[in-house]
Amino acid sequence: MTKAQQAAPVAGEELVFSRPASMVDRATHYCPGCHHGIAHRMVAELIDELGLKERTIAVSSIGCSVFLYNYIDVDAVEAPHGRAPAVATGVKRARPDKFVFTYQGDGDLASIGMAEIMHAANRGERMSVIFVNNTVYGMTGGQMAPTTLIGQKTTTCPGGRCKDTEGSPIRMSEIIAQLGGVAFCARGSLDSVKNIRQAKKYMRQAFEVQTKGQGFGFVELLAGCPTNWRVSAIAANKRITDEMIPYFPLGVYKDIEADGTCGSLIQGGE
Amino acid sequence: MSRITVSEERCKGCLLCTLVCPVEIIRQSDRINQNGYKVAEVLAEDMAKCTGCASCATICPDVAIEVWRSKKPKKAA
Repeated sequence: MTKAQQAAPVAGEELVFSRPASMVDRATHYCPGCHHGIAHRMVAELIDELGLKERTIAVSSIGCSVFLYNYIDVDAVEAPHGRAPAVATGVKRARPDKFVFTYQGDGDLASIGMAEIMHAANRGERMSVIFVNNTVYGMTGGQMAPTTLIGQKTTTCPGGRCKDTEGSPIRMSEIIAQLGGVAFCARGSLDSVKNIRQAKKYMRQAFEVQTKGQGFGFVELLAGCPTNWRVSAIAANKRITDEMIPYFPLGVYKDIEADGTCGSLIQGGE
Repeated sequence: MSRITVSEERCKGCLLCTLVCPVEIIRQSDRINQNGYKVAEVLAEDMAKCTGCASCATICPDVAIEVWRSKKPKKAA
């Protein structure tokens, strides 16, 4: 198909799926099959659907997603490694009228940024966190992350992660859901169309708890890294289905609206 | 009738779209784009089978696919 054909709709046809307005029409630097693109698109779609484009401040992290601000057409701050929740806290407190979200990977959020995410969640900062978990450090060449599965081979555990020496993979959603300030916490996956659509619903709820001033919104997205897993994009999707989802169960871990506890944790808040 | 358009500048040839198409009409072409990826394509004769479900566009990590769906004809009065 040429560009001319794309631009010319046939009479009686409607465009049902295209690039969201908040997503810049530019080739991403991600590898073929990398799920960051899907997560970026869903973030951009939700910003459009919720009408937040003019008042959003994104906080991007260190990792492959460092260039988030090149792809999503909103104001952005680049945080030091793992410190995105701390930077977002400052942004949100200085400008409480803005919509603030962070976009972090597992090497950033679950390792070096563990203290920041735990305390930001516990304080119930009015921010949304998109946590993309691909069980490996992607940008630096596939080192072991805290979320690397037992037996998974990476460049720093070439024999496979061993539980006795390196511990078990951290399940972040379960941990975050236990903290007091969290309004919504869920885990979705980007391996199939059904899971992608469900993940977008979770992301919408995590964004809405902030716009309603209810508390901290957290969504973990299971994603693939075909390059550092040393597999094809299709095999990477299969691995998420077969290996990651059994260890990282999908679902909602905390939803204060559904629990009926809404409002009890924001006394003296906004 | 529905159809999809694949942006050959954006496609990285990951072929995730071929995995999710319910009528299996998307395939890898022999054409190589500017970045060296073999892009996905739908043959013109297969396009009539497209259901417009947008599964391929949903899973495409590079937002390279646009989906067009013909409007349902209004019921006769």
